[in-house]
Amino acid sequence: MKLTINKIALALSAFAVLASTSVFGVSYAAGAKSEYKMEHVHWHFNGPRGSYDRAAVQRGYQVYREICSACHALDYLSFRHLGDKGGPYYDKAYKNPNDNPYVKAFAADWTIKDIDSETGDVIERPGTPADKFPSIFDNDAAARASNGGALPPDLSVIVAARGGGADYVYNLLTAYGLDAPKDLKLTGGLYYNPVMEGGAIAMAPPLADELIEYAPIEVNDHGTIKTIPAPVATVEQMAKDVTEFLAWSADPKMEQRKSLGFATMIYLLILSVLLYFSYKAVWRDVEH
Amino acid sequence: MAGHPSTYEPQYAATRWLDQRLPVIRMGADFMTFPSPRNLNYWWTFGGILSLCLVSQIITGIILAMHYVPHVDMAFDSVQRIRRDVPFGWLLQPMHAVGASMFFLAVYVHMFRGLYYGSYKAPRELLWILGCVIYLVMMATAFLGYTLPWGQMSFWGATVITGFFGAVPVVGESLQQWLLGGYSVDNATLNRFFALHYLLPFVIAGVVGLHIWALHHVGQNNPIGVTPKTKTDTLAFHPFYTVKDAFALCIFLLIFAYFIFYQPDALGHSDNYIPADPLKTPAHIVPEWYFLPFYAILRAVPDKLAGILLMFAAIVVLFVLPWLDTSKVRSMRFRPVARPFFFVFIFFCFILGWCGAGNPDDVAVPIGKGLTFKVLSQISTAYYFAYFLIILPILGMTEKAKERPVSITKSVLGDHAAAPAE
Repeated sequence: MKLTINKIALALSAFAVLASTSVFGVSYAAGAKSEYKMEHVHWHFNGPRGSYDRAAVQRGYQVYREICSACHALDYLSFRHLGDKGGPYYDKAYKNPNDNPYVKAFAADWTIKDIDSETGDVIERPGTPADKFPSIFDNDAAARASNGGALPPDLSVIVAARGGGADYVYNLLTAYGLDAPKDLKLTGGLYYNPVMEGGAIAMAPPLADELIEYAPIEVNDHGTIKTIPAPVATVEQMAKDVTEFLAWSADPKMEQRKSLGFATMIYLLILSVLLYFSYKAVWRDVEH
Repeated sequence: MAGHPSTYEPQYAATRWLDQRLPVIRMGADFMTFPSPRNLNYWWTFGGILSLCLVSQIITGIILAMHYVPHVDMAFDSVQRIRRDVPFGWLLQPMHAVGASMFFLAVYVHMFRGLYYGSYKAPRELLWILGCVIYLVMMATAFLGYTLPWGQMSFWGATVITGFFGAVPVVGESLQQWLLGGYSVDNATLNRFFALHYLLPFVIAGVVGLHIWALHHVGQNNPIGVTPKTKTDTLAFHPFYTVKDAFALCIFLLIFAYFIFYQPDALGHSDNYIPADPLKTPAHIVPEWYFLPFYAILRAVPDKLAGILLMFAAIVVLFVLPWLDTSKVRSMRFRPVARPFFFVFIFFCFILGWCGAGNPDDVAVPIGKGLTFKVLSQISTAYYFAYFLIILPILGMTEKAKERPVSITKSVLGDHAAAPAE
């Protein structure tokens, strides 16, 4: 009898452990009571050995540059990060990303506000790899004024800053054009998007099929230059690519972390086995 | 342990000289030969694990402090800079953040072990109370540290917690302003929180010193709770427990490493990747997982002050536990009635954690009209206090304990006890 009480209590505790750990499982509500089902994408960077799809991150940068950067900044990125190890334009020949010709060209494509050191005047000059990505608006008030009162969030850590991560960003970009529920009042300048909390979003549908034309991508594969043909720029393709880019931007050291993690886990595993046998050897003659 | 004779003999002139003036080598040597009960199980390895957690937090923390900027306009950016540009910052920052969670995981196991095996009973009352002090200072340190990245949860968590002090009658408002250094959480708050977050780990280290001192004075408890009497009841700490602790520590590090390298954000909240915004309250303000049970107790009662008092009482009750549990029997193994009550207690601790993460008005269990998180946390809170204030005091007087082994040797060797051990 007493044994069964103990067993029940143990079972209850086990249940409680499971119930409370389920709290950590990702659960994100997409729009209060919408029918929308979040699409789970098979990201290249998922899983313990996952890495970024270099070509997708490069295309994603093109999407950001040609579309998103009209309103959204990348506060925590510098151009040189694009050529860092693990970055989309990393090249072994240019250990210092500031020398990387791709990075130089992308930086020069942006205009940076600066002070002329001779005259003290505000000037504009082309960017260099050492520059940070510039802010898009002069200040938050200007950003709101240009966007119907809404502040376009910074995108450099957006994938980490939303429950659901990369899936959230991808779904948000593709979930436009659905019929809004009748009880949702959309005031002027707001769009229905079931992924957005509350269902109303100030961002107009940012993507449309073939809004941009992808450039083919050259990848240096062990010394031989391979060309990856440009895919058709569908909404889904662009959403996937820019999400891959933003995932990299939020966690640029992921590949280094995972590879060191793999070595660390193997090391600890071997050490555990050795310590286990040491333990067995030391305690060989001791009953306990 | 008292009466543990030192066997250290200095071999060289230099060590003899040192030994006569400051016997530190002797202290280390005595730690190694310290007689430990031979029947300690893996639950006893968490003391060593916790020491490593503290050392790891202090080392990673000091390096992070070299790069962190405690200013409302720069704190969030500086954490991003650490993760992107500081050499190995991408490793140190998750080590420190995940390390806090691992520290609490280990401390909870350590505490539940103490509760199950009655490690708080005479003569270990002070050992237990020092442990409670460490836990309390750990909670303060973790809360202060969580404020530093200056994300949305940092800011609003700090606002909610410091708001507790505003609920104190009469002096509440002044007290809160004194703590914040202003009318709301701002740069002055961040600066003092950083200063205190740097200070408190060393307070913890000091109290850990006392904790270990007390431990070596009274000796370890053990799974059967019977005090070691003869030489065969104990083993030298080294190599027997150094090797066992090392193995357990390595397994713990595997779990630690898994989170650092593969799930660095799983134990945090995504809102903390949004820079703090005093004008925008997050939809749900939730503390880190290790505070969730206390958060549930806080929200179980409608009155703010009562909730806060109840939450503090939940910790205070641990301090007086040695005098609440009236049973002379230490280990739950020999307490057939108290044992199931203990497992139900653990069950409700986890349920409280679950309630702390949930929205009070949401349905937790769909029974009848639906059991809300609020009602569930009220039931769990009631049991939490009943366990300490009613169940343990009464059971100590009424429960008939099972027969305990005469000695550790006898419990290990059974009938062969007559034969010479080893």
